[in-house]
Order: sequence, then C-alpha cells, then structure tokens
Amino acid sequence: MNRIESVNDFVIKFANVNGSGSASANEMFAKAILRMGIPVSPRNIFPSNIQGLPTWYEVRVNEQGWLGRRGGVDMMVAMNPQTWNTDLKEIETGGYLFYDSTRPLPPSAFRDDINVIGMPVTAICNATYDDPRQRTLFKNIMVLGALTALLEVEQAVIEKLLGEQYRGKERLLESNLRALQSGFSYAKDNLSPPIGLRVKRADAVGRRIFVDGNTATGLGCVYGGATVCAWYPITPSTSVVEAFASYCKKLRHDPETGAARYAIVQAEDEIASVGMITGAGWNGARAFTATSGPGVSLMTEFLGLAYFAEIPFVIIDVQRGGPSTGMPTRTQQADLLSSAYASHGDTKHPMLLPKDPHECFEFSAAALDLAERLQTPIFLMTDLDIGMNQRLCEPFTWDADRRYDRGKVMSAEELEAGRDFGRYKDVDGDGIPWRTLPATHRDKGAYFTRGTSRNPYAIYSEAGPDYLYNVHRLLKKFATAATLVPQPQVRPAAKKTRLGVLYFGSTTPAMEEALVSLAEAHIHLDAMRLKAFPFPQSVQEFILAHDEVFVVEQNRDAQMRTLLVNELDIDPARLIRVLHYDGTPITARYIAETITRQVHALAVAPRRERLA
Amino acid sequence: MTYIAKPRLHHPSLVANKVGYTRRDYEGKVSTLCAGCGHDSISAAIVQACWQLDIEPHKVAKLSGIGCSSKTPDYFLGASHGFNTVHGRMPSVLTGASLANRELLYLGVSGDGDSASIGLGQFAHAIRRGVRMVYIVENNGVYGLTKGQFSATADRGSTAKKGAVNHDAPIDLVGMALLMGATYVARGFSGDKGQLVPLIEGAIRHGGAAVIDVVSPCVTFNNHAGSTKSFDYVREHNEAVSRIDFIDLARELKASPEPDEVIRVPQPDGTMMRLRKLHADYDPTDRRSAMNHVQALQAAGEIPTGLLYVEAEATDLHAALNTTRLPLNRLGEDALCPGPEVLERLNSALR
Repeated sequence: MNRIESVNDFVIKFANVNGSGSASANEMFAKAILRMGIPVSPRNIFPSNIQGLPTWYEVRVNEQGWLGRRGGVDMMVAMNPQTWNTDLKEIETGGYLFYDSTRPLPPSAFRDDINVIGMPVTAICNATYDDPRQRTLFKNIMVLGALTALLEVEQAVIEKLLGEQYRGKERLLESNLRALQSGFSYAKDNLSPPIGLRVKRADAVGRRIFVDGNTATGLGCVYGGATVCAWYPITPSTSVVEAFASYCKKLRHDPETGAARYAIVQAEDEIASVGMITGAGWNGARAFTATSGPGVSLMTEFLGLAYFAEIPFVIIDVQRGGPSTGMPTRTQQADLLSSAYASHGDTKHPMLLPKDPHECFEFSAAALDLAERLQTPIFLMTDLDIGMNQRLCEPFTWDADRRYDRGKVMSAEELEAGRDFGRYKDVDGDGIPWRTLPATHRDKGAYFTRGTSRNPYAIYSEAGPDYLYNVHRLLKKFATAATLVPQPQVRPAAKKTRLGVLYFGSTTPAMEEALVSLAEAHIHLDAMRLKAFPFPQSVQEFILAHDEVFVVEQNRDAQMRTLLVNELDIDPARLIRVLHYDGTPITARYIAETITRQVHALAVAPRRERLA
Repeated sequence: MTYIAKPRLHHPSLVANKVGYTRRDYEGKVSTLCAGCGHDSISAAIVQACWQLDIEPHKVAKLSGIGCSSKTPDYFLGASHGFNTVHGRMPSVLTGASLANRELLYLGVSGDGDSASIGLGQFAHAIRRGVRMVYIVENNGVYGLTKGQFSATADRGSTAKKGAVNHDAPIDLVGMALLMGATYVARGFSGDKGQLVPLIEGAIRHGGAAVIDVVSPCVTFNNHAGSTKSFDYVREHNEAVSRIDFIDLARELKASPEPDEVIRVPQPDGTMMRLRKLHADYDPTDRRSAMNHVQALQAAGEIPTGLLYVEAEATDLHAALNTTRLPLNRLGEDALCPGPEVLERLNSALR
C-alpha cells in the first residue's frame, strides 16, 4: 500500500473529547517538536462547551516554516468514537490512522487506502491504574509516548518538558514519566516504528517564541501602559484579560506597598465595559476592553459618543463567527464593517490588523499611543485563529528609551500662561484638538463634554456651521490617522505582473505560502499586507498600479473590499473577492486554488470585456 | 430668560469660603429648564453644599446621563469638568473616571428615566461595586424632554397630565439602593432645601457609594392633581425620619450633652456627623431596620425623607482593588512599563 513518507513536513490531527485532559498532552507533543528545532503551528478546533463534545488539535509540522493551516491530514489520532467516520475521511490517501484498539472494530469501520495503527490504550490503562480519573489522564500521556516512538520524537525532549510542567511535583512527574515510558515501550515492541512520518532535529526555529495572540495582547497592554481595564467575559477574547491580569499581578504592584498600579473591573455587560473605559479615557488613564463581535454590537452607542466627544480608549476585538448564538469557537474576520463604522451618525474608527502574536503585542501598545494621540477609540482586530492558538513568532521587543505618546494634553502651566484653549478647535492643522484633564487648573481649562452640539470652545451650540466645522475637522483627523497607523507592507512579485493581492491579519502565513506555490505555477502577484484602517495613500496607489487585485479575507461579504471601495472610490471591478468563511482558518491550498481559478477565468475574459 | 448671559460681577458682600471662593463661583450657566423646575433647586442645593464644605470646584467631576436632570450639570460648578454621557449609562462612565483618578469628587446626576428605566442595571451595579460617588437622582416620575410619558418611578394609579392612568408598579430607587448595598441612602425633596443641603453634604463626605433620591416635581408635565410627584402631594405626604447636621471634632468636645435621639456617625475626614432621629423606633445605621421602616412608611402612603441609612465605616471600589494612592492617570512609564530586561525573560519562558 502507498505510504506517505515525509520528514519534518506533515499534518497530524488529534481527535479528542473535550474535558478529557488531552489539551496539555497535545500541546506537549507540539512543543517537543519545536524544541527539536522544527517549526510547528498547532490549532485548537473546539466546541462551545466544557465537557463531552468533540475537540481537535491539529499540528502542522513544517521545517520550511510555513505556519498557516495547510489543509488535509497525514495522520489522525482518532480518540473520539463520536467523530470516527468524519475523522477517517479527512486522512490523505497513504496517511496514517492511530486508534485505540481496545474494542474490536469490524473491517468496514476502516479505509483500505490508509495505514492503520491500533494500540489498546484503554486496556493498558485499565490494567495499570485503578482511579478512573488517572485512567483518562494517563491515556493521553501514553498515546504521547507511543507517538514519540512512531515519529521518532526525541524522548529526552519530552521528558524535559514534563519535568518543566511538574516542577516541584515530583510524584506527579514520576507517574507521568512512567505512563510515557509504557506507551513508548508498547509502540517499540508492537507497532514496528518508525512510520513514514518522522521528525528529525533541525535548526529552523531560531530565537522565535511560541505564544498565543491573546497572551501577547494582554502583555502588550501592560507594556503599553494600560491602567484601566473593564470587560465582560466572551469567547474568544476572555484570555486577553486573564493574561493582562496575570502579568499585572507579577509586574504592576508597588514593590513597597503592594498596591496595584492598575484596575480591572468585570462589568455587568459590554455596555458598562465601554462606559467605564470611556470615563477612564476621558479622565486621562489608558484604558481598554477586550471583546468579540456581539460585544462590539452592544458598545456601539458609546462608540458614537466617544468618536464625537473624542475620548481615547482601545477595544480589542478577537473576532469569531457570528452572531451571539453563532460560532463562538470558530474563527472569522467578519467584524470589519461593524467595527470600522460602529455607531449612529457619521462615525468611523481606526483599526489595527495584527498578523500574529508578535504584532498583537506591538499593535496593542501602539493602539494605546494612537488612542491618546488621535483622541479616539482604536480597534485592535485579531481573531480566534491568532488569539487562542499558540503561534511561532518573532520575540517581543521593547526599546528602553520608548516613551508613551500621551497626545495633546494641555498642562496647568500652559493654561496659566494664557494659552488659548478650544477643546474642539484645530490649532495645529492636523484635525486633532487639545484637551484638558479634570482638575488641571483652578479656574481655567474646564469644559462640558457633549457629543456634537457645541462650538470649537465647547460652548453649547446647535448651529449648522458649528456642526460642520466639527465633523469636517474629524475627517481631517481621520486623514491624519492614516499617516500614523502602521503602514502596509509590499512584497513584490519576482516577475513584473499586472495582478496584485491584498491581505491582512491571520490570513498572512497562509497567504505567504500560497504566493510561493502560485509563483511556482507561474502566477505572479504583487502582494500588499494591510496593517490598518484608515488606508494610507499607498494602498490606493498599489491598487491603481494593477489591473486586478485580489482581496483575500475570512468573511462572506468581502468586508475589507467594501471598505476599500467605499473609502478610496475604487472601481469595484478591479477588486476580486477571495473569501473563506466556514469557521476554520483559511489555508494556503484554498487561496492558491481560488486565485488560480480566477486567474484562468481572467485569461479567458480580460477585464474590459467582462465589464462590457 | 435663558438667552441672557449671567453677569460676572459679584456682589461685594458675598463671602469667600476657606478655599477662597464665593457661592457664585460654584454656579454654572443659566438654566434652560422650565421656570420653577425642581431640578434648579437641586442645582442650587449642590452649589450651597459645595461652597459650605470648601470644595475646590475644579476637584469635582460632574457626570450625567440623558434627560432634563442630566442637563443640569451645565448649570452648576462651571469651573468643574462635566460629562453629559449616554442615556442610562452615567454610572459606568463615572466608575471609569473614578478608577482613573481617585482624588476627585464624583458627582453623578441622573433622573428617574435615566436611572430607573434604561439605566436600572448600571444604577444597581455601580452601587454594588461601592464606587465612591454622590449619585443624585432628580426624580419627577415623568419624561420631561419627550413631553410627559410615565417613568418607571411613577406610582401605580397615578395619572398623567392628559389623564392616562399608570398601571405598572413603581421602582423604588431608595429600596433598590438599600438592597444593592449602598452605604449612604437618602431621600430629599427639591422643595425643602434646608433638608437637602445637609443630605448632599453628608453624601460628599461619605466614603462609599452615596445615593440621594430627590423628589423633584416637574412643573410642566407632572404637577397636577392625580400625580404623586407634584409639589402639593409631596408636601402633604413628606415624612422626615431624620435630620442631620455637622460639627467638627474640636467643637464636639464643647458640645452640650445630647439627647438620646441623636446618633453620632464618624466621617472619613475625621469629623463627626450628628444625626437626629425623628422616629423613635428607627435606626438609620441598621440596613434591615431602615429597609423595614422605609417600606412600612411607603406602604402607608407616606414619602419617607431624610438620611435613611448610613454605614460609617464604608469602603469603596479602590479599597477593594487595592489601587495605589497616586491616581492611575498620573503614573508614567517608570511605574507602568516593566522594560526590556523583563521582556527578555518572558521571551525565554516562551521558547
């Protein structure tokens, strides 16, 4: 039979039942390969549930360093009878099935074009342990031991990882090591390892770190100087605040008094969360909340007020499938329009689009600066794929000399010296006014904060010209924002081409891989990665420099494309949709296939004809 | 005459307080509310209380929601920062502002529509958290800005100006505040400034969440026969349960022996509040007793007013969170950013 042979390049997927303790064993498997110098990218595919429903952990092992989801499965570790049939179907021809053979299955339960590896895991565990909880937990470690043998993972590396995990808990470590060893020995003696999929020590990881985006975002908020966090639990954003809280606990207490240099409030809902950060931002503290699409929907009234009253704060939107009772544990980039234009009246908000945990860290700190510089809410748009999965990325960096940009805050001295203060007056030509914080000066600089019914000096006014002055200034400020947000990154094709592609966020690793495979198939594309909204001038120039530009995104309605058409007055015919939105992360294969199909269609009917 | 600017000249006889301000310095813009509106009397009481307590106006932040009541912060304390927020959401904005700078006095002004209808949740949760604030509800039982709809505090059976009868049970904000754990709960009447000013003073000095429900008749839409929030009705049914005044500790030593019905409540700033009981069987420092007494009076058709409940040793959200004495909005990179060396250690742990 055909057998997939591959060293350091394959996809292995674990099918488990959630709540069975599989997560930590699976993570250890991925980390062991990483420690052997081979890049991995794992993805949790989990239900909105605590115990009993199917959950998967898909690990891509790839020495070349491709971190996007590849598509297809070379080896399935099928530990969940509920999903047996669908799991089996996913395996590539010549791939491997590892299963628990305790209960005999009829031949019809298998496929004859895959390699089947059975191990009576439950039977061995039941023979070894009396306690039912131990039987389940050690089953995972035993499987890990068997895989170690089958794939030639260095045993010492796994043992070291176990040692790190159970540091100070020697008895637990001892029993884990025993389970690992017994799985390893069984495989050695009965399963004739190795199989065709193997790992071999390499040097392709370097200084990179392995971390999930939400942890990185939480840490970025610590470094970025956030002091007030108000939030309401919602998957997949909850771990942002958990990370912020845990880093603050370690890093943000006064060493002498033990007092906290931060405040975290779990609000009663997202309306209160955003209300609190509005109050904190108005009063001069760096404030943020973390949420997902349904939370942003609840926040929209406040977003309108904060836009017009020019209050700085940061909203971290870890995007998921909609709606509220939708797909909270699946990934999408589907909140772009509802965030960019959140609220009533003419409103728009800057959004930053990180590609990985490294940028989650960097952009969350940048967002806190931008919020105060621009005096407006800033969105950090991540998604479940980056937020809740560990990803290999560049290490975090912070310049020792870096200072926070607190924006235009007028001081008591300036007020005392008689400097003119018009809260909503454009004095610098960038559309950004000066503000004062409460209690700055005994009798100067106080103002009454409202939405729009006031003149540049914050005096009540419903006069049309005052309204127009204000909203036009806000547009100027938005243009300034386009020059301050992270600028897009261009990756020119190896050959001159009339085709371009725009992409952003978690699509990045899959896109980069697809660009290489497309180039190998002689489809050359100039690529631009968007890092923020509003779009700088360079985005328009890039689009106009190409006949056709693909816009790759993970939502049904081509929301980024809509933003491009709307904001830049681009002829929609130039922008071709490449959309992936079933809730799973986009793959390089999908992008390459979709673009190839579109390119062939274009070759048959060039744009002018299609338009005619 | 709302289009006329207030004259800036002050009468020479106006007295400056300890921090050098006259009462006029605590005023704001000319009110745009209806002539005779109860809310303007409350604004005047706030001005009086702040002047008497030597509060520096710029050390006050005034926040409100939406509605007639929520417009009033523009009409007092003109030298304070103010924030007219979102309908029913003032409590959350006030909470956030208070987290950013614990040193200011946070004055939340709201109405019955703002706090009892759209904002009932935020009203309850800000109190639950023990946010240190003076939360004044200017309660007239009616939506004024949208011309006369019942609000959630309108009594069952009371009638609207055009005759409609309210069939819903009223929300009793005092009862809510007591249930949610407010540590200072009072009810006043905009027509009784002598009672209201000390209630506001007590709230300003209080160390936790202070709520004052002020019955404030709407002269335009809810001052008719059949309303239970009219001047006439409230005057007839007003039942004061306590009366407060303040004395500082130094003078306390020389004070004459007090009658039994006076309760002494120490204040966070070291002063002593003297609370005169007007009902013999009533203990305003016992939450359950206060709840029972207030409920009983209300069941009898009375409107209990005065300081209904106070917890002398109240603490607030900052104490619960153990935040630094130095306000969070004054912390810089040194206090907030752990720096590159720590980051390198964190990186190492992630490999």
